[in-house]
Amino acid sequence: MATRHHYDNNNCDIGVFSKLTNAYCLVSATTSSTNFFTGFESKLKGVIPIVMTSIDSTGTIGSLCVGNKNGLLLSHTVTDQELQHIRDSLPDQVVVQRIEEPLCALGNAIACNDYVALVHPRLEKDTEEIITDVLGVEVYRQTIANNELVGSYCALSNKGGLVHPDTNVEEMDELANLLQVPLVAGTVNRGSKVISAGLIVNDWTAFCGSDTTAIELSVVNSIFKLNESQPDFVVSEMRKPLIDTYV
Amino acid sequence: MSVMDQQSGMFNVQQTVGSVLCCKCGVPMPPNAANMCVNCLRSEVDITEGLQKSIQIFYCPECGCYLQPPKTWIKAQWESKELLTFCIKRLKNLNKVKLKNAEFVWTEPHSKRIKVKITVQAEVLNGAVLEQSYPVEYTVRDNLCESCSRFQANPDQWVASVQLRQHVSHRRTFFYLEQLILRHDAASRAIRITQVDQGIDFFFGNKSHANSFVEFLRKVVPIEYRQDQQLVSHDVKSSLYNYKYTYSVKICPVCREDLVCLPSKVASGLGNLGPLVVCTKVSDNITLLDPRTLRCAFLDARQYWRSGFRSALTSRQLVKYFVFDVEAPVGEATVGGQKYALSYVQIARESDIGKMFYVQTHLGHILKPGDQALGYDIYGANVNDNEMEKYRLSVKNGLPEAILIKKCYDEQRERKQRKTRNWKIKSLPMEMDDSRGGRADPEKTDKEYEEFLRDLEENPELRFNISLYKNKEYQASETGSMTDGEGAPTVPIEELLADLDLSEDEEEEDMDE
Repeated sequence: MATRHHYDNNNCDIGVFSKLTNAYCLVSATTSSTNFFTGFESKLKGVIPIVMTSIDSTGTIGSLCVGNKNGLLLSHTVTDQELQHIRDSLPDQVVVQRIEEPLCALGNAIACNDYVALVHPRLEKDTEEIITDVLGVEVYRQTIANNELVGSYCALSNKGGLVHPDTNVEEMDELANLLQVPLVAGTVNRGSKVISAGLIVNDWTAFCGSDTTAIELSVVNSIFKLNESQPDFVVSEMRKPLIDTYV
Repeated sequence: MSVMDQQSGMFNVQQTVGSVLCCKCGVPMPPNAANMCVNCLRSEVDITEGLQKSIQIFYCPECGCYLQPPKTWIKAQWESKELLTFCIKRLKNLNKVKLKNAEFVWTEPHSKRIKVKITVQAEVLNGAVLEQSYPVEYTVRDNLCESCSRFQANPDQWVASVQLRQHVSHRRTFFYLEQLILRHDAASRAIRITQVDQGIDFFFGNKSHANSFVEFLRKVVPIEYRQDQQLVSHDVKSSLYNYKYTYSVKICPVCREDLVCLPSKVASGLGNLGPLVVCTKVSDNITLLDPRTLRCAFLDARQYWRSGFRSALTSRQLVKYFVFDVEAPVGEATVGGQKYALSYVQIARESDIGKMFYVQTHLGHILKPGDQALGYDIYGANVNDNEMEKYRLSVKNGLPEAILIKKCYDEQRERKQRKTRNWKIKSLPMEMDDSRGGRADPEKTDKEYEEFLRDLEENPELRFNISLYKNKEYQASETGSMTDGEGAPTVPIEELLADLDLSEDEEEEDMDE
């Protein structure tokens, strides 16, 4: 189930201040209260590591990094200290790397799940290779509804994806073919088009900005198949065949 | 795919607009700026907030005017364009939104309510444009306007009066002036117009109206005027004075076709003109023509009033002559667009054919033997004019026996025997004032009016400033077709205006109601 959440002072652009993947969660460390952190903790504690960090002393970490269960790419502005802190906190199998890319807002320029990444059409060639190596994904240069910032205007998981509301049907078909997941055009935060700012999602949970309406929430739940993908549900789902085979 | 793309041979991906769910109610809809369906957007924001929904307006039931604050009264019909404009102008804050449409919602006229449905557009939530219509109710309150309440209190309350006078024995000038005033709508603001002996009185509710009327008169006739004021009341504390103003306007007594014997000073001032001259035209200046030399001179109002000479003989003293012989013109001149030819003619009075005169005339171009002409009989007239006497004594050869003024078309007119004209003119709504010894002789007035109409027919220059209207009652008679070339002059149909006549229709409507 998707949860409504907000950053300091009712800022509902939570995607800007946090990053969620199947293997870890990064949370902005610049918040004045711990509410933001505990909100994530209540859902994710004990399942995946939650790391409080900043990038170049700013809190907008969601925009400045991109990652999946295989790796994490950080913009070149990140300090050595912060990089070290993140490396220490994340599981060993997650490769953390800093990349020299002029478009330093990686989170806005790149959207990815564990298998495919959509990137800004004018991204460096080298960056594309690094993405392929570190994140272990196929890279496609794409636009969404004539916007080059593909990372801002869509949210992807391995189960589904939510894209900019103006995306037309043909474009959505093409994207769905590339990603091999169902897509839907929709909004978050009461009609906002900037999907990734209002929504962070992985395969079993999602967090939305606090302005998100029930309708939007239900769209998110159904496209990302969150209703059946509670951790315990997954476990019980997996356990059944296990038990079957063992017993 | 558009036609242009097909022509250029470019491959274009077909674009189908998808649908998203309205973020509030979940209805599928095409995406928009707010990503909300229209109904939800409307419930979310009210763009008519802060706009006036009901307002009071003031209406003067006497004159049918609406008050445009602070002081203007606008005349407007029920449910008219003007009223709608007025209603919209009265709304405050309407500049914050874009007005798209406005229309009246029908209400009972006696309900004292006007309802206007106004459609406005405004930008809401990230640039979505929302259109919304809402009714505005105007409560109409009766309130007499200033002029009406003034009129109600005392209908005679004029502030300024213009007393227009011409000290001559006929009213011809006033007939002409009346047409000029109608043409220029100069006296539309007069409260009352009264016809008095030797003139007309105009009453105005405002001094400036009278002032502008006098200015108008100054442009069309040579006048002299003085202004006087009478204190009606005053308020010492606030130093307010209430006056009644009177303009006494005198029109120069020299009229068209009058014979003038110029005082020697004036004559020498005009380069020894005349001194026996004929006045050929009176507008804001006077045109004088010497019939024996075809020289002419113009006098403006100021020059005229400096000497203030009077005419020796006026058009009432014109005598009919028979023309027996016209010699070839010895000279020609054109004065103010009018052609004159100097020639010698042999004439005799109609009353005394035995006595022949051999005189000079400026009408050589139109007179032919056998014609009739009107002129001044100086030979037989008992002229009571000092200047004329002086002149008679100073010249050796004596005065000319006669001076012809115009050709006479009486004969042709009688032959035609036409009663009605194919044109008519309007008249000012004048009251008759008999109190001041006005010897109104209807027969004389009618005769003078008929003469004025004939003048209009004969003189295109006079018609120039006058609106003539088609006469509906006139039926083109058969006699019209048998015009021989030398007919009496008439007004060509091209010069006539179609009269806008609403009065009959209105009466019919009234009867229907």
